[in-house]
Amino acid sequence: MQAIAETKTGSAHPTLLLWLVVGWAGFFILPWYGVEDSVFTFGWLFEGYPLDDDVAPGFFQGISGKKGWLLPHLIFLIGPIFALNRPRSDPLHAKILIICGALGFGWLIAQGFSIGIRGWNFGWQENLFGPLGDRQFGMGTGAMLVASAFLFILTQGVAARGAVNGDIFVVGAIGFVITIVAIFVFYPIFNMLTSAFVTQDNSYSISVFFEKFTDRRLWGLGCLQGGRCGAAWNSLVLAILVGMTTTVLGLAFALVVTRTGFRFKRGLRALTVLPIITPPFVIGLAIILLFGLSGNVTRFVADIIGIAPTRWVYGMPGVLIAQILAFTPIAFLVLIGVVEGVSPSMEEAAQTLRANRWETFRTVSLPLMRPGLANAFLLGFIESMADFGNPLVLGGNFDVLSTEIFFAIVGAQYDQGRAAVLALVLLAFTLGAFWAQRFWLGKKSYTTMTGKGDSGVHPLLPKGLAIPVYAIVGIWTVFTITIYTMIVYGSFVELWGVRNDLTFKHYITAFSIDFTQEGVRKYTGSAWDSFWTTLQIAAISAPLTAAVGLVTAYLLTRQNFAGKNSFEFGTMLSFAIPGTVIGVSYILAFNVPPLEITGTGVILVVSFIFRNMPVGVRAGIASMSQLDKSLDESSLTLGANSWQTFLNVILPLLKPAILAALVYSFVRAMTAISAVIFLVSAEYNMATSYIIGRVENNDYGLAIAYSTSLIIVMLAAVGLLQLLVGRTNIGRRHSRPSSKN
Amino acid sequence: MLNKNSKAASVSFHNVSKVYGNPTTGVRAVDDVSINIEAGTLVTLLGPSGCGKTTTLRMIAGLEMPTNGKVMIGDMDVTNLPATDRDVSMVFQSYALFPHMSVLENVSYGLKFSGFKKSEIQDRALAGLNLVGLEGYGDRLPSELSGGQQQRVAVARALVLEPQVLLFDEPLSNLDAKLRRQVREEIREIQQNLGLTVVYVTHDQEEALAVSDRIIVMNNAVIAQDGTPRDLYDAPANRFVADFIGEANILDCRIAAIEGGEAQVEIEGYSLKLPARDSHVGSALLGVRPNRIVVGNPGAANSLAGEVVRVTYVGNHLELTIKTVAGDLFATSDDVDALLESGTKVSVTFAKNAPVLLKN
Repeated sequence: MQAIAETKTGSAHPTLLLWLVVGWAGFFILPWYGVEDSVFTFGWLFEGYPLDDDVAPGFFQGISGKKGWLLPHLIFLIGPIFALNRPRSDPLHAKILIICGALGFGWLIAQGFSIGIRGWNFGWQENLFGPLGDRQFGMGTGAMLVASAFLFILTQGVAARGAVNGDIFVVGAIGFVITIVAIFVFYPIFNMLTSAFVTQDNSYSISVFFEKFTDRRLWGLGCLQGGRCGAAWNSLVLAILVGMTTTVLGLAFALVVTRTGFRFKRGLRALTVLPIITPPFVIGLAIILLFGLSGNVTRFVADIIGIAPTRWVYGMPGVLIAQILAFTPIAFLVLIGVVEGVSPSMEEAAQTLRANRWETFRTVSLPLMRPGLANAFLLGFIESMADFGNPLVLGGNFDVLSTEIFFAIVGAQYDQGRAAVLALVLLAFTLGAFWAQRFWLGKKSYTTMTGKGDSGVHPLLPKGLAIPVYAIVGIWTVFTITIYTMIVYGSFVELWGVRNDLTFKHYITAFSIDFTQEGVRKYTGSAWDSFWTTLQIAAISAPLTAAVGLVTAYLLTRQNFAGKNSFEFGTMLSFAIPGTVIGVSYILAFNVPPLEITGTGVILVVSFIFRNMPVGVRAGIASMSQLDKSLDESSLTLGANSWQTFLNVILPLLKPAILAALVYSFVRAMTAISAVIFLVSAEYNMATSYIIGRVENNDYGLAIAYSTSLIIVMLAAVGLLQLLVGRTNIGRRHSRPSSKN
Repeated sequence: MLNKNSKAASVSFHNVSKVYGNPTTGVRAVDDVSINIEAGTLVTLLGPSGCGKTTTLRMIAGLEMPTNGKVMIGDMDVTNLPATDRDVSMVFQSYALFPHMSVLENVSYGLKFSGFKKSEIQDRALAGLNLVGLEGYGDRLPSELSGGQQQRVAVARALVLEPQVLLFDEPLSNLDAKLRRQVREEIREIQQNLGLTVVYVTHDQEEALAVSDRIIVMNNAVIAQDGTPRDLYDAPANRFVADFIGEANILDCRIAAIEGGEAQVEIEGYSLKLPARDSHVGSALLGVRPNRIVVGNPGAANSLAGEVVRVTYVGNHLELTIKTVAGDLFATSDDVDALLESGTKVSVTFAKNAPVLLKN
């Protein structure tokens, strides 16, 4: 043991060696720039490797003389060798690593941004150094490995200086999360911010911004006089209405489930989860089937009262109904936790202090639910702001920001600057709501869970409240069931409202499979391509999202380091950024080197990771704060390092959180549309954007049939994940050791 | 399997401080503390909650890093070494057994990271379980054990690593009174048999007196007194220690003269000769244990006159509250048949050499 303790504190640095090897491999072996196919097909080995410009590793690119700016990396890759044989406590060890890591990483970023496909990227560089004879493309595997190596060499240097108790794993993880959040959240947003100021001839001007910002289509108030209002006002009013309504409805559901003798609670829960696995615009489609010009309800009512059917549902009313139906379950999920979390003893205490049920609810339960209400409102608000599918399907002349952004980018007007300005307005609204929520909650503590056993029971709702709550829930339930019946039924109807014959036609068009005589299958259905892509992307992004989210949660709950608050804000920021904004900023930022990933599957995966990561973080934080910190500490004092502790102690106890994060990110990757619509390409088309395409061609039958299939696939996937992750057997659970504190 | 520990090492603190928050304005949890714990001894850190004892323990473990000062284990400076790299193991108040691992997996956990072979891990873990009397429980989950058994698993898990220093953070506070006595005796026995260096944190003074070779009493982030259990009980250095360890009557008195290390002490006409313990002539404090107060017939020479105001019968002795001119005294009397009742006039004297002069 003494020997082991010595190697741990002595001069062997296995992690450092590993990252050095990675860096060297990246610089000398793998292609520096992005290759056409995946690196793993190894096609690049036969295309003139290692000397051809397209596939050459950084070293050969550098010595061939044309791209001499790649050679300085070598210095910083050689430098750390001199740190290898010095003990960690030697200040020189830390100094070498910090200098090599920081300068190497900095140089890599600087050259990447300075030199693009047209030589120098900035005019002043050309003036300073003269024109550059060469150019470079997006970074590839080699560059990525070298960048990671520099990053982790830097973090090991920082750890050796004694940051976070000198913990290599923790410092590395912090550095990693900061770097990826900076690259994939802050950089695109910042980039978009600047492109809002770009004029036609590529120079910067404030007036361009104001010209676009003060557009009547954005801020007009014509609707007050019977005309059309600007998209900004429309979005804002819609989002506030949706936020408030979904919060009230979500609260009603949560109250019925936790505080009434209602008998079908499980059924109610299932019903509210259903819309989460439904692509949001599917609700819009069902609403058209019901209330559209040839919708059932419209025609039924028209027959009775004898007026001609109208298109009233297209516009604000339709979008509002669809969004409320789609987002109430999210509010419910947020509120159920909060409503259950209000400690029964608080309510019991109020009752023993002579408050009746109504007074207890009004003065104790409801105020304690405030954070939940604020969160539910915020979620509804942001979801409504970002929703793209429903306004597109049902909006009619009702313009909202998200669709306007889309048409600014893909429409005939192709105006990046306008898209950026609109996206900024959208971002300002959501960040404003985020800020307002924090302000409203203030610094009061709403913690009611003490960790001590709390054996009380929640009081039942007062009668005066229970009746309206039941009524609301009843109506909503009937409505939801109708909607889903419509969706399933609609997928079998030949042409809604015109030919109501039942048929499998839509499913056959979408998912037909031909068997040739040799028994070879051919997927001839028109939906297969997008379906496989969607499954693949969702399956890749779900585990990555969960991993990044949980590591971040671990850092936030278990470690103390300088700048932790800004760190938390940064990781949660992407939550307040609507998908449409992410979509726009990604195509603006990642269309050009150094990171050229537009049109690939990578950009879809990356967008899903950063869209959905905050949920993984929240789920992780919630469960990790229930694990007593002494569990980690005892593992540390028993000789495990923090990575081993994370792996052996924290992760197994976090299986429910892992499952939640996996399911959520998988489902969201399959149903998301707002960011995806900007990022799909011919090669990587996603199911949702394919369906939206069918809707735009009025091919409702196929769209609904495809959506129905997606819902069933997601149900199956959720079940499968549950089996895969499994449960950790801890007998009578942690309630025992922790309740004794 | 577990032999007498040759690795047991000393622990020393050199002017160690721990400040939470801003180094100048923050909360000082430990303030300029120097201690020296010899190898193979059991030393208790004792004090009321918030006195800094747990912070001190966690700095030995490497779970907290000192703001100032130096921590040594054996000859090695471990001040900036994280817990993982120190050869120290700790038994937590909550036991911190990993709920998803069996008892055997819990005990093997630390061995896995110590480079032992698989078979040896198994052997050592089983030996550890034997040592705490839990053979045959290896396959159970922690939640399937009683509180006392869980506690033993936690001890076994720390013991099998044969650490240089073994730390206990209030290990008995979750056990009931009977079990507490039994387990503390077992801990002491294992410590002495294996010759371990043990640092033990508790707020229970009786527990501290029972298990320790030496007790370090802490109060308000500093050491109030450091000594053997008998030193602390019989000769507390100051009012805090006298009050905290056992019960004590603290009386105002006057030192009339000091001669050759003997002080002439006067209390309301009752005069005594006591070791001076570097006190000065003038007003002073006197501490007397309740069981060293002698209750006699009224009117005795050189005594304090008093009146019994409360008598409580607690089984093996009587507890008396006696009102005197020097203040209310709390006394115990083994003579449960004595005819004392509320209102009885008595005289009070102190057993020879029982009272001690205290610093404030």
